[in-house]
Amino acid sequence: MTHDIKNIVHVSHLKKSFKSLEVLKDVSLDVREGEVVVIIGPSGSGKSTFLRCLNRLEEATEGEIVIDGVDITDKKCDINKVREKVGMVFQHFNLFNNMNVLRNLMLAPVDLKKKDKETARKEAVEMLGRVGLADKADAYPHQLSGGQKQRVAIARALCMRPDIMLFDEPTSALDPEMVGEVLEVMKHLAHVGITMVVVTHEMGFAREVGDRVLFMDEGRILEEGAPEKLFESPENERLKAFLSKVL
Amino acid sequence: MTRIITTYGPLLAVAMGQTLLLALYGLFFACIIGMIVGIMSVLESRVCRAIAAVFVNLIRGVPMIVLAYFIFFGVPYLWNSILGIGGLTLTALQAGSICLALNCGAYMAEIIRAGIESVDVGQMEAARSLGLPWWRSMVRVVLPQAIRTMIPSIINQFIITLKDTSILSVIGFPELVNTAKNVVAATFMSFQTWAIVGAMYLIVILLLQRAAKVLERRLKYDA
Repeated sequence: MTHDIKNIVHVSHLKKSFKSLEVLKDVSLDVREGEVVVIIGPSGSGKSTFLRCLNRLEEATEGEIVIDGVDITDKKCDINKVREKVGMVFQHFNLFNNMNVLRNLMLAPVDLKKKDKETARKEAVEMLGRVGLADKADAYPHQLSGGQKQRVAIARALCMRPDIMLFDEPTSALDPEMVGEVLEVMKHLAHVGITMVVVTHEMGFAREVGDRVLFMDEGRILEEGAPEKLFESPENERLKAFLSKVL
Repeated sequence: MTRIITTYGPLLAVAMGQTLLLALYGLFFACIIGMIVGIMSVLESRVCRAIAAVFVNLIRGVPMIVLAYFIFFGVPYLWNSILGIGGLTLTALQAGSICLALNCGAYMAEIIRAGIESVDVGQMEAARSLGLPWWRSMVRVVLPQAIRTMIPSIINQFIITLKDTSILSVIGFPELVNTAKNVVAATFMSFQTWAIVGAMYLIVILLLQRAAKVLERRLKYDA
């Protein structure tokens, strides 16, 4: 392999069914290192399911998913090792309620013996600084606002030094005035070159930060391309209808 | 009343000690059984879930007095006479402890299963997404939260089990009720004796409830 830029995610012909309901129908995608891919589309289009397949929170029914060179549809692969390198941020934050902020950040690095306690603590504090919450290290999740929780969740994922970050509608559960602070952190991550796949309804963010935007509907990627092209001159009829409603 | 207390007080106190000992053995093993079966019932494996369900339904469907007779008389009979292996004798304390452990264990398993299921699945998913194995996620993230919601039900179950020790008077274990029966037989003072015995149970259970409240307050998250 002598490519300068490698594909960090390679998905081909992915299908996913829940019982008889086919949620993903033949989805393929490659993500290059450092790329920011934004997935938009109506509710129920399979965006979140697709994202959750990328770290096997959902098992693919058919198709191939290669993350960092590991085929995670292979039952024998060490999925925990792959997940260490794939950070995920959830719509509902999912901070560990039984731990304060600092311990939320330190849990995985220390428990998986990536770092000793002192190094992990130092890095956690530094990471909190980067998301603007250095003063919240001792707070418990229930004492934080939604925006603060989500920034902690991002910091928690970053503490594992992931090769790629997955965002599952990270601002959908937030009060409108808190959306900005979370998007700011995400923009910063994009600028420092972290590979990201973002499922979102924030069209402004998709346009400004995305290197590539995918439009999904009914379990398929119907159109993809640079944000300018997708938003200025969409070709697909359903994308046109979708944009006319959300923009 | 005073005569009962002065003459039979020490005897009843010892009997209360036996009751507590029996309850303690029973509860200790019930916690272990409950934890194992409770976790089995949330595993992905169908076999594990089926075993857990059969155990819980079986125990819940049989009155404890029947279970007590079965373990104390039936199991040694099976072992020694039917199977002809021989040499198995169970003391009333052993049989009683096993009986309590099985009975209380089944209910504890249900409490633990419900407690685990009450924790938002997002907590497990977040832990797994960081690369923690299922078991570590359970121990570090899910169980600590589940136990908090389980505490009132567990204490309730402890109290029920403590009172259920009285059922084991039927296999001749010298716990409080059994001893009280003897006191009544010797004195014919049934009103006084049973009033005292009732008060003794009540005091122990009230103390247990106080301890539970303190524990519950301690387990709040706020640092």
